[in-house]
Amino acid sequence: MSRPLGTLDPSAETAPRAAGGRAPDVFSREGWVPMRCFRDEDEVDFAVIGTGAGGGVLAARLAEAGFSVVALDAGPFWRPLADFASDEREQDKLYWSEERLSTGGDPLQFGSNNSGRAVGGSTVHFQMVTLRFRPEWFRARSDLGYARDWPVDPDAMWRYYAEVEAELGIAGPVRYPWGPRRGRYPYRPHEVNAAGHVLARGAEAVGIDWSPTPLATVSAPRGKAPPCVYRGFCKIGCSTNAKQSVLNTFIPRALAAGAEVRDLAMVGRIETDRTGRATGLHYHRGGRWRFQRARAVAVAGYSIETPRLLLNSAGPAHPDGIANAEGLVGRHLMPHVNDAVWGVMDEEIRWYKGPPSMAVSEHWNYTDDHPSKDFPGGYAFMSQGPMPADFATSLVSNTGMFGQALRNRMALYNNMAGLKSVGEVLPDPDNRVELAEERDALGLPLARVTFSYGEEDRALSRHARAFQREVLEAAGARDLFETTGTAHLMGGCAMGATPSEGVVDGDGRAWSCPNLWVCDGSAMPTGGGVNPALTIMANAARIADTIIAERAPDRRG
Amino acid sequence: MTRYPGYDVLAKRDTPSWDEATRRVVDARLAGPAARPVLEERDYRTLAALCDAVVPQPDRAEPIPVAPVVEAAIAEDRTTGTRFEGLPTMREAWGRGLAALEAEARLRHGTAFADLTPETREALLHAVDAEEVEAPEWDGLAPRRLFRDVMADEILRVYFAHPAAWSEIGFGGPASPRGYVRLGAGRRDAWEAPFAPPPDGGER
Ligand SMILES: Cc1cc2nc3c(=O)[nH]c(=O)nc-3n(C[C@H](O)[C@H](O)[C@H](O)COP(=O)(O)OP(=O)(O)OC[C@H]3O[C@@H](n4cnc5c(N)ncnc54)[C@H](O)[C@@H]3O)c2cc1C
Ligand code: SF4
Repeated sequence: MSRPLGTLDPSAETAPRAAGGRAPDVFSREGWVPMRCFRDEDEVDFAVIGTGAGGGVLAARLAEAGFSVVALDAGPFWRPLADFASDEREQDKLYWSEERLSTGGDPLQFGSNNSGRAVGGSTVHFQMVTLRFRPEWFRARSDLGYARDWPVDPDAMWRYYAEVEAELGIAGPVRYPWGPRRGRYPYRPHEVNAAGHVLARGAEAVGIDWSPTPLATVSAPRGKAPPCVYRGFCKIGCSTNAKQSVLNTFIPRALAAGAEVRDLAMVGRIETDRTGRATGLHYHRGGRWRFQRARAVAVAGYSIETPRLLLNSAGPAHPDGIANAEGLVGRHLMPHVNDAVWGVMDEEIRWYKGPPSMAVSEHWNYTDDHPSKDFPGGYAFMSQGPMPADFATSLVSNTGMFGQALRNRMALYNNMAGLKSVGEVLPDPDNRVELAEERDALGLPLARVTFSYGEEDRALSRHARAFQREVLEAAGARDLFETTGTAHLMGGCAMGATPSEGVVDGDGRAWSCPNLWVCDGSAMPTGGGVNPALTIMANAARIADTIIAERAPDRRG
Repeated sequence: MTRYPGYDVLAKRDTPSWDEATRRVVDARLAGPAARPVLEERDYRTLAALCDAVVPQPDRAEPIPVAPVVEAAIAEDRTTGTRFEGLPTMREAWGRGLAALEAEARLRHGTAFADLTPETREALLHAVDAEEVEAPEWDGLAPRRLFRDVMADEILRVYFAHPAAWSEIGFGGPASPRGYVRLGAGRRDAWEAPFAPPPDGGER
């Protein structure tokens, strides 16, 4: 088995770039920035595993507060200007394409569908939709009567949303139609593309609100980032640096503040001593296994790799894997319902132009009492703009269409429009990540992931498809058809108010390992009805601040 | 049969729509894969016929080469990140899947899959997709999964990675550093395809 390497510079995927006191300058084609380096023997304050939405934010904040930080990522350290082509197949190199075993009643699709493998994590190829949780979702059980509460203060989360939005220069509307008032977005909204106007027209026709989507791509120059040029390849990496990914925001900050970032460094196991404390981690880099000592470890490897790593890190005080005293590691894994409705418009939409989801409706996230609402939780839906291969493969995968019929359908690519939901799936302990018998090339057990929808999830999915159909039809589309699917993964090492409710506490610290934190999407107790990256980042910023408040004063040197 | 006759994304190769990275990637693709034959002749014939069934190209004087690129991907054992339960690893799934298609054709029609008429071939693939298969070679292969999410998936990714397929559907193609200015419906930039006649009511 081998994951696809790019053809442009395969060495970036086999030989570490960040080494010898320097790291790639992501704003250049071949330049470098200085990087402080630690030795494996140095007991660093924090070793952070994974540099995506959660890990990248945490590493930057901790380094800026003066902690010594080594952040390791299994993936390469890209320079978008030189390494990213306008080409779907070349850019397969951005995804986590090592095999994961997929089973259950509704087995999940991984790889390009949900996770990345690069410095910057999945934000390198995310579609930049940056929505906030509805505040009540943090108290879903207490306030809305379903799922469970987050052991966090909703007001604090909303403050951190504003902070992270400022740190990312989010471009969004002056007035956002749903939820409590929020301040202005830092950058002006982008002009909505034709695909977005289809959603707008449909929403207005059926009498619900819509909004330009708040997006993490700048609408005016910002530092070294140029404004978005609406090239539309966002899902396979932004080659201009307009997209505000972790790679070109928090990673440069972390480096400037003295963190070391190690690319192509796959962590295989966290070591613990007899008292149960983490002492460091074993990682594979440059063709051999090494051991980095650390005073504390933060895991931010995504909802599959975080549980996989904890489960694979059994030690004398952690016989079933770290932080797994209650058997909760890997459980309550949640995707989003990603069902869509597509149709043909009379005029050419050309949805390849601009970011893929420029218009959104959160109507069903903020509507609790409606006779048709037969599910808890909520969903947002967005306009679409898939690239050709992406769209063609979703057609065959969903409808079995092939041959001339498929070519005829694809001939209407420029007239297509679509609406796709991001719908809440309830946490279920049986949806989980486990270790398989089979091992990968490094000798690590593969992850086996089991997923099945529950009845409520199915009700939401039916509702979302029927409603999106109504909106799309109202917008003038014909020949409608549906696709089903999932996106994003959350949970697996959830925060909980007590050890029996979660793997980590409300500050992200493992209940049964005092110097281990989880700081990524896997810590989310519920998934909400919006894309998760902003929530993961806000939560990471919050966790970082609790660590700083608690530990910075007695920090060594 | 394209709705965009005369439109060729390759004409933009030397304009600001294409950066150096993209030129290198697409040039290499057009040069074709380095010869890395892994399949037996019989399996290759089955693969070629399968590619032709999934994306028939009777309209093209010079068909987009699909089978050789898929074969190269099989040789690489190119993974996608997901191995569904009931399917072996990618390379094994392809090897056994091609053998099962061949066995099914011989069982039903007494001939090689590659020698079936296009109509019979298509009908057989619909049967596979409906999991109505008889050959024992399908044991442990989850026919629909295999057909849709391994075989057709890869074949379509290869087809739609070719500039001729981009031109065919009027896709803008590579767009960096220059993207687009006119984003509204019925508006286009000078470097996009001219508008096609509106689609007629029934496109199938
Ligand atoms: C195509 C696509 C589009 C998306 N669009 C949006 C969007 O528009 N809006 C939104 O909010 N969300 C979006 N998402 C989801 C979002 O990107 C993720 O939810 C988010 O990035 C997850 O954050 P994370 O910190 O949990 O993990 P990631 O950001 O995935 O980071 C995890 C990192 O850890 C590394 N890692 C894992 N295991 C190890 C190990 N053992 N050793 C070393 N390193 C390791 C990985 O290489 C990876 O870089 C999208 C996702 C995809 C796939
Ligand atoms: S549309 Fe904007 S954000 Fe997306 S890839 Fe292009 S420049 Fe980057």
